[in-house]
Amino acid sequence: MSVDTSTRATPASSPHRRRQGLLPEGSTYVAVGIALVGVGLTLGPILYLILGGFRTQGDLAANPTGLPDPWMWQNYWEILSQPLFWRQLLNSTLVAVATTAGVVLFGTMAAYPLARYSFKGRELVFVIFTTGLMFPLTVAVLPLYLLLRDMGISGLWGLVIPQIAFGLPVTIIILRPFLAALPKELEEASFMDGISRIGFFWRMLLPLARPAMVTVGVLAFIGSWNAYLLPLLLLTGDPAGMTLPLGVTTFQGQHSAATTMIMAYTSLAMLPALAFFLLMERRIVDGLTGAVKG
Amino acid sequence: MTALEASGRSASPAVDSSSAAGSRPVTPASEHTRRATVRKWAEIALFVGPAMVLFLTFVVYPVVSAARFSLYKWNGVSQFSDAEFIGLENYARALFGGTDPVTQQAFTTAYSQPFWEALSHNVAIIFLSMAVQLPIALIVALTLNRRFRGRAFTRVVIFAPYVLSEVIAGTMWLIIFDPNGIATELMRSVGLDMPAGGWFEDQTWGFWTVFFIITWKYVGLAIILFLAGLSGVSEDLQEAAAIDGASWWQIQWRINIPLIGPTIRIWAFLSIIGSIQLFDMVWVLNRGGTAGQYSTIASYMMEIGFFRADWGYGSAIAVIMFFLSFVIALAYMATILRRDNAHPRKAR
Repeated sequence: MSVDTSTRATPASSPHRRRQGLLPEGSTYVAVGIALVGVGLTLGPILYLILGGFRTQGDLAANPTGLPDPWMWQNYWEILSQPLFWRQLLNSTLVAVATTAGVVLFGTMAAYPLARYSFKGRELVFVIFTTGLMFPLTVAVLPLYLLLRDMGISGLWGLVIPQIAFGLPVTIIILRPFLAALPKELEEASFMDGISRIGFFWRMLLPLARPAMVTVGVLAFIGSWNAYLLPLLLLTGDPAGMTLPLGVTTFQGQHSAATTMIMAYTSLAMLPALAFFLLMERRIVDGLTGAVKG
Repeated sequence: MTALEASGRSASPAVDSSSAAGSRPVTPASEHTRRATVRKWAEIALFVGPAMVLFLTFVVYPVVSAARFSLYKWNGVSQFSDAEFIGLENYARALFGGTDPVTQQAFTTAYSQPFWEALSHNVAIIFLSMAVQLPIALIVALTLNRRFRGRAFTRVVIFAPYVLSEVIAGTMWLIIFDPNGIATELMRSVGLDMPAGGWFEDQTWGFWTVFFIITWKYVGLAIILFLAGLSGVSEDLQEAAAIDGASWWQIQWRINIPLIGPTIRIWAFLSIIGSIQLFDMVWVLNRGGTAGQYSTIASYMMEIGFFRADWGYGSAIAVIMFFLSFVIALAYMATILRRDNAHPRKAR
């Protein structure tokens, strides 16, 4: 369908180009048309979900395409007035914050000598970390589950620690060239002022590396926030101990007849991620494109 | 934090020994430089140590364990020391029903067929991503690569599904593609109906429903990456071509698409690896389907390894999955990505 509309770009573009005398940009109508289709296909399902939370069960069956009639706040209110949703929101937040902090701190620490010290075996250490890109969590998850069980690491820490470990390779790969690109004179000046390397790390490097740290931090945060596989194995049992993604599937299993309740719960679980995305959109895109190029 | 510190300390000898081994060849000229060298290695250990310990303990060790478990018959409940060593039998069971002639027939049906079926879904998703997502993403990125009102908004919206969790997107689509849901309603309003067995349960169409959802979820990444690549294409080149009379399509074909070739090839790489390891979305959508009509290797591994407590066999599947991504990654890097690295500024 989109192919049809875009092939029309050729005849439409010529007059446009002649008028501007610059780049042939294709037809604005085609661009806007594709944009509208894309936005509709993306937002349509999401809006349907959010609106569904305002419906009664009967309304959803009778009139799924229209606006809710009557508008009903009960689903959302029922979820928001119970502690369960808030607990899961808190759990997800704690895990994501701890994961992000760990990934950024340990990743920056490891990237610092790899970028700015010269020592024997430096490249080997770097290569060891990069092999981590080839070990996806899916491959390691069964033994990892046993390892955590044997070590007695359970609950939210059981998510945080492996997530940090799995987040390190990409963090180090992104941070190393960034740290290496900082001018050499910085260190020389600091050392002349009597600052040690460790002092240099805390007082000079961390502030200067902030943009790159925010980028890797945002990626780690999203990864942790959306994580499903590890929680699925580790956070069985009490829903109050679950993170939001697992909470959504558990809620869905327990309320399978109340579709509009599920829609409300899923919508609420989606909102923090959407808000975070809107705030950080630039950073996320930079991070992803940077990760791909680097 | 205590658990973290404890685990860090327990495994720290590995770091000490590596740093000591590194400092051995250094012959100190004086007490001062010797102390400086020791201090330097201590610093390196301090900085790299925590990351290395975490990485070795929670990434490398489990992967190695998976390879070890895969050689045993083990249910994950009893002591691993009691598990029976069966060599490559788990692999044989997955690939062709095992070597025991008595059980081979039954095992082929029970284990090997579902494995190959799951693998065929991964392979189909790899090729369909190239055949469907790539053209869509290119067309959208090329048309959006221009100024118009609402462009920034469009970019943000189109990218949003990629950031949503698989669980939320999956649950949303489960409701939309409910047999009595809005998708069926819309189909009926244009005189059609849902697939005979249901959107997900239909043996033929279930896979396509899931592929549609996967495309919805992931095509935004391709679009954003391509747009980022396009923003780096020099406008001079395009203008020069335009002055020579090139049409909009010619400029896309001859200049823009070749110049973002490296980005396309890296996206394809990520897409292939992601397709092999696809799990979350498929699992949320009814665990790969009641008859496994859209199972993947990863969902099959979890189904058997974890939920049916066949850890040795599940680990063998995990190793096969790793092996596949590893070989494909190496082959792809050696053939397709190599020319990008060899001539980073050139398109062809």
